[in-house]
Amino acid sequence: MTPSSRSSAPAAASVAASASASASASASASASASASASGSPALPAHAEVAILGAGVMGLAIAYNLAARGQKRIVVLDAHYLAWGASGRNGGGVRQQWSTEMNVRLMQESMEICAHFAEEMGINVWMRRGGYLFLARTDAAVARLTRNVALQNRCDLPTRMITPDEAQALVPELDTAPFVGACYNATDGIVFPWPFLWGYARAAQKRAVTIRTGTEVTAIERRGDDFRIATSAGTLTAGRVVCAAGAWSPRIARLVGGALPDRPVRHEILSTEPLKPFLKPMVSVIESGLYVSQSLRGELVGGVSLPEEDNPDGEVRLGARLEFLTTMARGLTELMPRLGHVKVVRQWAGPYDVSPDGDPIVGTLPGVPGFYVVCGFGGHGFMMAPVVARHYAAYLCGEAPHPFFDAWRADRFTTGGTPAPAREEMTIG
Amino acid sequence: MILCRCEDVTLADVQRAVKLGYRDLEEVKRYTGFGTGPCQGKECLREIACAIATAAGRDPATLAPFTSRPPLSPTELGVLAAASRK
Repeated sequence: MTPSSRSSAPAAASVAASASASASASASASASASASASGSPALPAHAEVAILGAGVMGLAIAYNLAARGQKRIVVLDAHYLAWGASGRNGGGVRQQWSTEMNVRLMQESMEICAHFAEEMGINVWMRRGGYLFLARTDAAVARLTRNVALQNRCDLPTRMITPDEAQALVPELDTAPFVGACYNATDGIVFPWPFLWGYARAAQKRAVTIRTGTEVTAIERRGDDFRIATSAGTLTAGRVVCAAGAWSPRIARLVGGALPDRPVRHEILSTEPLKPFLKPMVSVIESGLYVSQSLRGELVGGVSLPEEDNPDGEVRLGARLEFLTTMARGLTELMPRLGHVKVVRQWAGPYDVSPDGDPIVGTLPGVPGFYVVCGFGGHGFMMAPVVARHYAAYLCGEAPHPFFDAWRADRFTTGGTPAPAREEMTIG
Repeated sequence: MILCRCEDVTLADVQRAVKLGYRDLEEVKRYTGFGTGPCQGKECLREIACAIATAAGRDPATLAPFTSRPPLSPTELGVLAAASRK
């Protein structure tokens, strides 16, 4: 059985519910069974909130808004569900960070992930095997030690361990190059795609219109509204949320704004399935290598390559041989027994990286009513469940979560306030 | 009837995916997992495309194949590692 065929039965049930719910909802009377390109519902003439990007962030914000009773929500995406970074990431969900904000947010996100399957009726193949970070230098061990102390203050059971203890956790490791490690048993991995289907169906059930295969070509202010031209027609929207990840700067330019994040190509490879042997996600601090074993048995992982020149800021999704060979060397040095394991495919996706590495949220400077949520630097998938929950509350007028101040979009232009601590535990 | 032998995806799985609205090879690949095993779709792409075309009432010529991913055939990590520049 494949992950998705296993999930088909509950998925079918929720879609049946969706069809009956939408029959009584004027906003989406023509709602189709799902958010596919060829089955997309008609584009409404007006949206209270138009969300640009049907990745996990956009869909989760739509779902949370609808769950709060908000009406006339439309999500637009140029491609199909899981085409972008939400369908291309490694599925890691961890709580080990270097800033209290991120530790606490990810503790909350982990809780949402842990209950996602039962609440949404879809199997997300979550496995909490922990995260093991390995360090080659004393300087890295000192940083990890400081971070573990912070995590412990947040009630996370992370602990510093010796290379020998790391090897006891993963006997296949060659720990000779490492001087220390840290391990948190409550971190884990998920299969990313069902999160999109789960959020999409739950949103559709609450009358959200999701249009895939619908490219936004122009956005302009018209009185109190935005006028959004798409490949499938035009609609107006009272407010717009750009959740387009690494494609956000392009969307911001359409409305006369500017965003400072940049796309950085990262790649992942997947091997043939193996008998379960690798419990935690393993990551090497110095190289950015990470690898986990999915519930299907495949090893899935990536490694950092030097950032390529990209003056035009285009998102590049081509696969490179250099990644394959660099990752293969890193992986076989880390676990020499893997030499005969076969790689079956590799793919690329963009990290959406801001100038200081922290996300960018809130109003797009100079464009009131136009909101952004981008710059998550490779962690957007795991953070989306919690960020979207608080983003919906913010859009509904509730007191904003503190991340709206720390990550506000105008911090790069005003330069007035002192920079808070920036996250250093980024991998891949 | 099994169409994708690597991942045990049946004709009924594909028909169910189409019924749910997934009507392109990329979408059905993601929803059913077909084409993600050792053959990477080399054995089953045509059969699945025909199944989608029949179930969705589409002209098979309008179905684009999914993006093929390197390597061309499953390749050992040790072989790839030997090709790396240290």
